[in-house]
Amino acid sequence: MPMSDVLPFGDLRVTDRSSSHAILPLAVRDLTLRTDDATMLDGLTFDLGRTGCTMIMGPNGAGKSLLLKLLHGLMPPTSGYIDWAGHTATQATVRQALVFQKPVLLRRSVAANLDFVLKARGKDMAERARLLDHVGLSHKASQPARLLSGGEAQRLALARALATEPEVLFLDEPTASLDPASVLAIEGIVAQAQARGVRIVFVTHDIGQARRMADDVIFLHRGRVVEHTPAAMFFLTPQSDAARDYLNGRIVV
Amino acid sequence: MAEAIGLAIALVLSGDADLLEIVWLSLHVSLTATAIACLIGLPIGALVAIARFRGRSAVLIVMNALMGLPPVVVGLLVYLQLSRSGPLGFLGLLYTPTAMIIAQTILITPIIAALSRQVLEDLHSEYAEQFRSLCLTRMQTVQALLWDGRYALLTVGLAGFGRAVAEVGAVIIVGGNIDHLTRVMTTAIALETSKGDLPLALALGIILLVIALGVNACVQSVRMTAARHAYV
Repeated sequence: MPMSDVLPFGDLRVTDRSSSHAILPLAVRDLTLRTDDATMLDGLTFDLGRTGCTMIMGPNGAGKSLLLKLLHGLMPPTSGYIDWAGHTATQATVRQALVFQKPVLLRRSVAANLDFVLKARGKDMAERARLLDHVGLSHKASQPARLLSGGEAQRLALARALATEPEVLFLDEPTASLDPASVLAIEGIVAQAQARGVRIVFVTHDIGQARRMADDVIFLHRGRVVEHTPAAMFFLTPQSDAARDYLNGRIVV
Repeated sequence: MAEAIGLAIALVLSGDADLLEIVWLSLHVSLTATAIACLIGLPIGALVAIARFRGRSAVLIVMNALMGLPPVVVGLLVYLQLSRSGPLGFLGLLYTPTAMIIAQTILITPIIAALSRQVLEDLHSEYAEQFRSLCLTRMQTVQALLWDGRYALLTVGLAGFGRAVAEVGAVIIVGGNIDHLTRVMTTAIALETSKGDLPLALALGIILLVIALGVNACVQSVRMTAARHAYV
């Protein structure tokens, strides 16, 4: 069943990204992040193409969320470089959106949360209704955003991310601690964005979710890229012991 | 005390014009000073809350220290500026309500700035990463913080108003406690006490307390309504 078929919500008419890439492909070379007493990311080198959904997987503490923040330009690496088709990570931030594991919603109504972003980014305010419809929150438009359920709050965070019309959408475990219906709803919205040409970079611990959505998988372990392979190959014949152990549910430290 | 309470009630019920004038002037001066102090202090508090620069901790120390400005010192400084021979003497503002508003504004702007800095810094620590992801400008960030912190900032404004309406040192120096012109509740209380009319002084004090309680209760109820909507 295609992912979009499980989505109960309305379609979204936004920019088709499939033919207008300014910051893709991505090249990451020897990316390293050190703190005073530890190496968090150690010489990461990989490329991401113009389309598709890349899953970043790995055990807790592998550096997945840090990698997203570096790619999104929220923090600088210690060494190495990130090249978004000639743009630095901080230059590319404006063409990207990040959905955090715990959505940070403003102390305003659901509609006002979207209005804020649309106005700040100079977008058409009429998009608000379409975005709310797209994520199934039209009936909650006037309600306080911080009283939404976990799934609703994450759908609003996704709508807010889509409001910026990103070329690349980062998702940092957006469905952790959500019920199965909410997980499918989020995945449906992400799949629709991908179908419109938005490049998806998704951190997850949910192996089922990764199987459903991934085109390729970057497997991180102890701050290093252990594997970067097409999804089918990763799940069928993982090349490293760490990935095999991880997929088999054995703890990898 | 009982006599004072009885007198206070009788004074209020009688609708005494002089009393109403004093109460009205107190509220007018202190509310205006609070509004101006908020206009100046809140953006300063927000900017210091989000900015990281060399010497920031020194700025924080100064801001916090200025919260303890002695009213008589502020009154004296404003007096020196506004007196006939002072640099702003030509404005003719000394012994007017405007001079009292200026003094109280100077007195409470540091309070508004320092307390709002604390409130908004906490809020910003929650929003900062999301805001950077959204590529907001500094101005957009300040506006968003001030709006989202609006209910918490009500308490900050209240602290400023409380300080303004209760102080006597600054307004008596720059206002002069002139009957029907610059007499406010605190200066009236000081005068009646020195004249030995303690019941009247106490009655005015009770009215002042009731006003403070009333304003607090209003702000508290607004905050509780906001809290039910998770807007605090």
